Amino acid sequence: MAPLVVMSVSLLLICLQFGTQWIGVSQIIDILWQVLREGTVESDRIGTTGVILTQVRLPRVLLGFLVGACLASIGVVLQALLRNPLADPYVLGVSSGAALGVALAILLGAGTTVVTFSVLPLCGFAGGLLSLAVVYRMAVSYGRLPIHALLLAGVILNAIFSAMIMFVTSIMEPNRSVGTMTWLMGTLTAPSYPALVVLACYLLGGLFLLLKQARRLNVLTLGEESARSLGIDTEHVKRLVYVLSALITGAVVSVSGMIGFVGMVIPHAVRFLLGADHRLLLPASACIGGMYLVIADTLARTLLAPTEIPVGIVTALAGGPFFIYLLVWRKDRFA
Amino acid sequence: MSPFPEQAPSKLAAPGLGIGTSRWAYQVRALRFQYHPLNRGADNWVIDGLTCDVDAGEILGIVGPNGSGKTSLLKLLAKVLRPQVGDMALFGRDLGMMPQVEVARTVAFVPQESPQVFSFTVMETVLMGRYPHHRGAKWSAGFGWESAEDVLIAEEAMQSTDLTDLAGRSVMDLSGGERQRCMIARALAQAPQVLLLDEPTAFLDIQHQIEICTIVRRLKEERGLTVVLVSHDLNLASQYCDRILMLKAGKLFRLGSPHEVIDADVLRAVYGCDVLIDCHPESGVPRVTMPSYISTKHDRDRL
Repeated sequence: MAPLVVMSVSLLLICLQFGTQWIGVSQIIDILWQVLREGTVESDRIGTTGVILTQVRLPRVLLGFLVGACLASIGVVLQALLRNPLADPYVLGVSSGAALGVALAILLGAGTTVVTFSVLPLCGFAGGLLSLAVVYRMAVSYGRLPIHALLLAGVILNAIFSAMIMFVTSIMEPNRSVGTMTWLMGTLTAPSYPALVVLACYLLGGLFLLLKQARRLNVLTLGEESARSLGIDTEHVKRLVYVLSALITGAVVSVSGMIGFVGMVIPHAVRFLLGADHRLLLPASACIGGMYLVIADTLARTLLAPTEIPVGIVTALAGGPFFIYLLVWRKDRFA
Repeated sequence: MSPFPEQAPSKLAAPGLGIGTSRWAYQVRALRFQYHPLNRGADNWVIDGLTCDVDAGEILGIVGPNGSGKTSLLKLLAKVLRPQVGDMALFGRDLGMMPQVEVARTVAFVPQESPQVFSFTVMETVLMGRYPHHRGAKWSAGFGWESAEDVLIAEEAMQSTDLTDLAGRSVMDLSGGERQRCMIARALAQAPQVLLLDEPTAFLDIQHQIEICTIVRRLKEERGLTVVLVSHDLNLASQYCDRILMLKAGKLFRLGSPHEVIDADVLRAVYGCDVLIDCHPESGVPRVTMPSYISTKHDRDRL
């Protein structure tokens, strides 16, 4: 784990350099050190470069890391619970369920008030939990979750929710609907520090609770009956992990929209590198997922600068072909 | 009033430890079970009033036609399913009152097939069997790594199933026989006193069938394990089991030694077809042979 943390930090520093204005690593460290020492982010102390770094880039990169870490972790736990390596909050329609909840909340005026930050994740949670429940009910047959039924249920749910989201967006005021559309495509925007701290506490808390289930998740991959015969309260673990996943997805979607395929690509790569043990897989996926999204976001804001590409498009363009590869060439592995 | 008066559990016994003195591994009384109890009116008991005992240290084979409730009975014994009616005692203790994790320290259950979707190594899979023995601090209970003792027990389990060479291999790359052995090793890592096997030889070729059966017999002799196995293969049951329990439509049809159960009249009553029965050339236990096409044709012509 230690090498991964070191890698994550250095990657964050590297990605902080890029942008409309190039800021070197040494300068970044200088500014960050000064900010830490003086405990201030006033512009007259740290200059314009400092403001760009601390007010714009740093929160955005941190948010990207957090979102990536959460998406990858949820991918890992959903795959373990559904015993299906193609599960991903995006593919299963959990993200779109959460997005629908958030879009409805915006439509009803939550986006303009102070309570935004507490209401939107809750609506996202409700939507995400609803779609998880629906997908599960649709796909389960005789206590099994066949892979094709699961994917099909996700596709259907995605289609329905997308239509509903488009409807909701279409009846919004034009200026708000543009913002909603951009958000839906998956965008990271620099949050304020208090908001970032609240979000970080919430998400890291959720990740920690998931991590506590790691050993049980290992056993659950043997099948539910085996797990129960090994003394695990499977219903309790399933309920807990599903609710946590929906909670985290709801919060992530409410701040960053629909960023797809991180939860599928990353667990696969990490499993290939480090093995399937969730006690290692889960934290490693979180780190690598965070790094992946930070890289994707750096590409998104520099490739066509000064125009930004929504980061969801970047991850989908990278993850979609990977999904096809898994489904077409590796299907013998999880038929 | 306890349904097992002769086996009143000792109040002094430490939980999970004071087992093993009872003559019976299981005592089952008037057991009834159905899958959808809310489906009122439907009288579809999968297990219907079953009473039997399983001796400690024996190999008991459960046989019967498809849908006669064999697997359900095995899952009831593992407490993976809960009965609606009836009592079960595990080494004299009421199974219904035992926490699942305590059951797991005594009973290991190997289902017919286990999904293999993730590339866990054989060693990691076998170590999962140590889960019920893990006692960690509350906050790290879900995380705790296995101790050196756990690894030792897992290695021993792999040794008795000849898996030591495969410890680092991914379970996804194993053959059917190796996979079944891996699951048995996982069960042995639980350090159980009772091993429940559901169709342990299904889909295996003759060499691997013999291999699995030999391992099961050896475990009984070396570790004094009680084994309950479900099988479709009457010859296998006859050859390797001490006693056989014949189920018919969720009811006990006959329970006894292979000689008592593998009998032309019993098989006709249960399966509704005629078979030939002679003796095994080595052990003398009954051997079941399908009638030849000629003899069935002859029967048909005669009718």
